[in-house]
Amino acid sequence: MEEATISVKDNVIHCRGSWTLPHLSQLERGGRAIRWPETSTVLYDAGEVTAMDTGGALILQRCIDGVRSKGQQTALQGLKPEFAELLRKVEAQWSRPKRGVSVDTRWVDSLARAVQSRQASAIRALAFVGESTIAFGHALVRPRSIRWRTLLRIVELDGVRALPITGLLTFLVGVVIAYQGAEQLRKFGTNIFIVDLVGISLLREIAPLIVAILIAGRSGSAYAAEIGTMKVTEELDAVRTLGISPMNLLVLPRALALVLALPLLTVYADAVGVFGGMLIALGELNVSFVEFIARFDEAVPVRHFLIGLGKAPFFAAIIALVGCYQGFQIRGGVDDVGRHTTISVVQGIFLVIVFDAICSILLNWWDL
Amino acid sequence: MMPSVTSIETPVIDVRHVVTKFGQAVVHEDVSLSIRRGEIFAIAGGNGSGKTTLLREIIGLITPSAGTIRLFGIDSRRLETGDGHPIHRRFGVMFQNGALFSSFTLAENVAVPLREHTTLSAGLIRDLVTAKIAMVGLPPDSAVKYPNELSGGMRRRAALARAIVMDPELLFLDEPTAGLDPIIAAGFDDLVLSLKNLLGLTVVMVTHDLDSLWRIANRVAVLGRGKVLGIGTMQELSRSDDPVIREYFQGPRGRSASEQAAWNHARRPT
Repeated sequence: MEEATISVKDNVIHCRGSWTLPHLSQLERGGRAIRWPETSTVLYDAGEVTAMDTGGALILQRCIDGVRSKGQQTALQGLKPEFAELLRKVEAQWSRPKRGVSVDTRWVDSLARAVQSRQASAIRALAFVGESTIAFGHALVRPRSIRWRTLLRIVELDGVRALPITGLLTFLVGVVIAYQGAEQLRKFGTNIFIVDLVGISLLREIAPLIVAILIAGRSGSAYAAEIGTMKVTEELDAVRTLGISPMNLLVLPRALALVLALPLLTVYADAVGVFGGMLIALGELNVSFVEFIARFDEAVPVRHFLIGLGKAPFFAAIIALVGCYQGFQIRGGVDDVGRHTTISVVQGIFLVIVFDAICSILLNWWDL
Repeated sequence: MMPSVTSIETPVIDVRHVVTKFGQAVVHEDVSLSIRRGEIFAIAGGNGSGKTTLLREIIGLITPSAGTIRLFGIDSRRLETGDGHPIHRRFGVMFQNGALFSSFTLAENVAVPLREHTTLSAGLIRDLVTAKIAMVGLPPDSAVKYPNELSGGMRRRAALARAIVMDPELLFLDEPTAGLDPIIAAGFDDLVLSLKNLLGLTVVMVTHDLDSLWRIANRVAVLGRGKVLGIGTMQELSRSDDPVIREYFQGPRGRSASEQAAWNHARRPT
């Protein structure tokens, strides 16, 4: 491959070889290494430049600019006309002093911007909740307007297909709780209380929460990504211009489907989780299935089951609305879809736990 | 008119007897053409005639079912793996919708090939990127914008800047003017022409914009029925007997484009 050089001889800068992309680093280093002449006019001899691309022209122009900025004159000779044309083009466009765009980085400004954007997004979120409530109200008055076919498909996708994973997970949690309890209970010889421990904790708190967290990760994120992609590909705009409300088409079926599916999943999770506890009770504490079930009847009042079940639809609404809302917030491209999908999961789980904590406090006040 | 290209060196691109099938559907029955250094070569044809497929085969994104394609004398099947083959530095591709990376700013997008394939200093890369952005006629302050903040025409120019940032010998344009308004489209044609002259590019473009065909294409190949129906300058093609080509160029849109071209030609100062 041909080399490219820049050198000084008798106060004349000699440029030689192929001034192209593969040799630019070399030229840049060479330009720094040479001793620039101190004469009032610096002469460039470019007669032996065999090839030049934009990068080469740029390097030459930078050398010329550097000399000029020291107050010296420059003269260029021997450059082939086609390269001279390129150099002219680079010079014309390059010499603009516009370098970098100043970005205001003062912290007060960034704080103000952050507060403003938080405020705006809080208002948007509230508006979304309001809009979906209204749509829900309309749907209750006219159940025919609900898209039952879509709704049932979503129940299948996000409810029925989630059975194996929710079952496995709550079964394991039931096993874990029973194991942890068994150790302590055996010390006091109160083996039979394993039923209270497993029954109350699972039915009231853990099974609904596990199911909600799982569905937030499984379905909430999917809603955000689906709606977001529809937005990016202008499908949402098409829906709107066809006179269909995205609320009715996308949000309502998803929210209602989850509100239906999550309590059902919770009941299933309750059963499987308690079964997991029963197995450990039998193996570790010698509590037979018959004893377990007999004790279950008296030790676990039905209100615990109902409280757990009653929270599930609210969890479902939170997950579906957060997922859909984040989907609608997607504006730009690919990375925006990823970001909002993540937010939908994190926010969904966060709000579910906050709601659960509030429930616990209120129910405690009311002695339930 | 453009100066005619008369060099008889080996063609930059040589497509020989290419057959392409997707399952049952036959896209190309037998396509052969060669593209010479320094020309603006257009691949035209109706929708579904396999123009873009041919382009994708030439740049090695898909492999033809049969036949050979040589790029600078190298079999394009060897490009397929895509990784670091030196030939990738010798051509640039502008995709139809720009295919800019949406998480990068315009300047970062243009800098990608330089960062990946060269060891240039950060300062030099920045200067080169600035120069290329100016060269395609984008304002300097657009450099820090993200693709979704740019208009369609600006995205097209940004994609062109990325395609030429390595100073390739060969530039592929997929539908460069589709979806642009006539004024911006004409501006884009002029831009391609001036860059071609300035950087000594060979340009291969897929288009069905008849105005651009008349304005800047040196030679045009018309695809149809899985074959090359005709190849030559626009004047030659507009006298063709092939019914599809006649329909293509002599339809109402084709006629107005050719009249426009003749009028422009007559008005051009000598």
